[in-house]
Amino acid sequence: MKVITKKWLDIFRVGFFLALRQIKGGNIATTFLIVFIMMLTFLNLVVVSGILVGLIEGGSKANKEQYTGDLLISTPAGEQYIEHSHEIESTLERMPGISNFSVRYIAGGMIEANYKTRRDFSELTDSVPTQITGIDLAREEELSGLAEHVNEGNYLNPEESGYILIGKNLLHRYSEAFGDVFASIEGTYPGDKVKVTIGDRTKEFIVKGIIDTKVDQVSLRAFITKEDFLRLVDRPGINANEFAVRLDPATFVTADQLKGNLVASGFSKDAKIQTATEAIPEFLNQIRIAFALLGNVIGLVGIVVASITIFIVIYINAVTRRKYIGIMKGIGIKEKAIEISYIIQSIFYAVLGGSFGIFIVYALLVPLFYAYPLNFPFSDGILVAPVGSVMFKFFLLLVVTIVAGYIPARSIVKKNTLDSILGR
Amino acid sequence: MIKNMISIKNLYKTYKNKEIETPVLRGIDLEVKEGEFLGIMGKSGAGKSTLMYQIGLLDHPTSGEIILHNVNTEKLSGEERTNFRLSLLGYVFQDYALIPELTASENVMIPLLMQGKSKLEAKIVADDMLQKVSLSHRKDNKPSQLSGGEQQRVSIARAMAHNPKILFADEPTANLDSVSGRSIIELFEDLHEKGQTIVMVTHEEEYAKYCNRIVYLEDGKIVRETLHKQ
Repeated sequence: MKVITKKWLDIFRVGFFLALRQIKGGNIATTFLIVFIMMLTFLNLVVVSGILVGLIEGGSKANKEQYTGDLLISTPAGEQYIEHSHEIESTLERMPGISNFSVRYIAGGMIEANYKTRRDFSELTDSVPTQITGIDLAREEELSGLAEHVNEGNYLNPEESGYILIGKNLLHRYSEAFGDVFASIEGTYPGDKVKVTIGDRTKEFIVKGIIDTKVDQVSLRAFITKEDFLRLVDRPGINANEFAVRLDPATFVTADQLKGNLVASGFSKDAKIQTATEAIPEFLNQIRIAFALLGNVIGLVGIVVASITIFIVIYINAVTRRKYIGIMKGIGIKEKAIEISYIIQSIFYAVLGGSFGIFIVYALLVPLFYAYPLNFPFSDGILVAPVGSVMFKFFLLLVVTIVAGYIPARSIVKKNTLDSILGR
Repeated sequence: MIKNMISIKNLYKTYKNKEIETPVLRGIDLEVKEGEFLGIMGKSGAGKSTLMYQIGLLDHPTSGEIILHNVNTEKLSGEERTNFRLSLLGYVFQDYALIPELTASENVMIPLLMQGKSKLEAKIVADDMLQKVSLSHRKDNKPSQLSGGEQQRVSIARAMAHNPKILFADEPTANLDSVSGRSIIELFEDLHEKGQTIVMVTHEEEYAKYCNRIVYLEDGKIVRETLHKQ
């Protein structure tokens, strides 16, 4: 055993010795070019799939920040509100690890815009169905930063009544980019009056501001104060429709644990309890899977290109050095040592190229995409590059490169020693 | 009693290229004693180098028996042949055969490292060998920075660094001018005087006279043998 270990140690030592001298003695421009190709391959592997996944991840992140929080407690299908909302609220106030939460009161309603200017009653009303959402202004602002997304007009004022915020996709001038996907109203601006109807009750509101966000659950809603909502809607026991809960960033409590605690407390009978991940719309998950697959396919093409590049580089190197390989074998250098010298060269190219790639990803691209996300209609695309996945791709590139380096080296090294020396 | 270092019996080598068979060695019988300096001479195509490649385990004979240092080489596996070459044989090639990206010292070190010597040990031995061939001042130079004669000296230092039982030299002076050629052959003579067994292929009578025995090959057979000096 000791003899075998020593033998392999000597083989590695000589392989390393030869590889180091070959790299040092190699053409700098060629080495730079190979490392550059390896870096581009690695970036292709990480960045393409990272951006594709990032388009969805950006949407999911915005969904979590602006709508669900870390945990969303919502009205079960078929119900009008969450029964025993007060108990949930008081439980949330007592639970450890929670930073804040927002209580939302929601009812299906209709916003009508042109009721003051419509002279011909045979014309269709300029109206849009939506979810009228009553909020505690301070709590909602703390949870979702709703005020930051007001791009026309102002945020609601707790001292005022009769004002409404309208999500941009309820307005034609914003939603026309999506074609006929969203129903919308024309020409409504801050200061205009709109009629809000919930059930058989109608009330006039002044548009206070327009909410501009790419989160549909926000941009397709209209927001009024909790007090205005409860004046408009008869609701027994002032039961709510949604609780969006934000965890304390310093806590060790996870969203899953919090959900588990609430379920254990029996609240799942009255409400649908979902973590932010679970609350992501299914179509987004499907797109995420499809994009990840697409990214991986593109990345694999890159890997194949890189392996062919390394194969050619090592093959040409080994073929042009065939005579010396023969001489080394002739003077007793073991075949494995020579092969290892080529494998080490391949590793050198892959590690250097991959390391530059990692540096560019984390020092340049990730911060850049965070500062300037890709502007897509449904999300702000970021570059998703989790360390585990990046390291796996680095390892994958390394393995592929080792194989691509070994095959041509082996094919030349195994040739007849004398034929190699004599070049025949 | 002086023992045989090399013993060859009925050695044949035939090269096959598709359907064409070219016999190169045709029934060679040869014995080389320990400490002998054997010259192999003959015209171009007589089979001199082919004979040396078979004895030096760089090629496989078509048939026949080669016994080196009392080991029947026919039964050796590929790895055993490599180990045999590494530990018992040394080679000096016509075109020096140095590894271009290694310095003179590193070229000499390589077989020593493969033998398991530490880098420091290998360096000490290599520098000592280069001193013996009067190349201490060129030890950090790469082959491209050395003259032909200097490169051949490095090649000899490499071949001798691990104290081989047999030193093979294939036309070691063929690419050198007369001054360099003479200095190389004097190195061989010096090694021979210290007891080294040497097998040298040459076509130059001037250098062959340094050998104590010469075998002449013609059409793959030993046709005559002369003793030059004792």
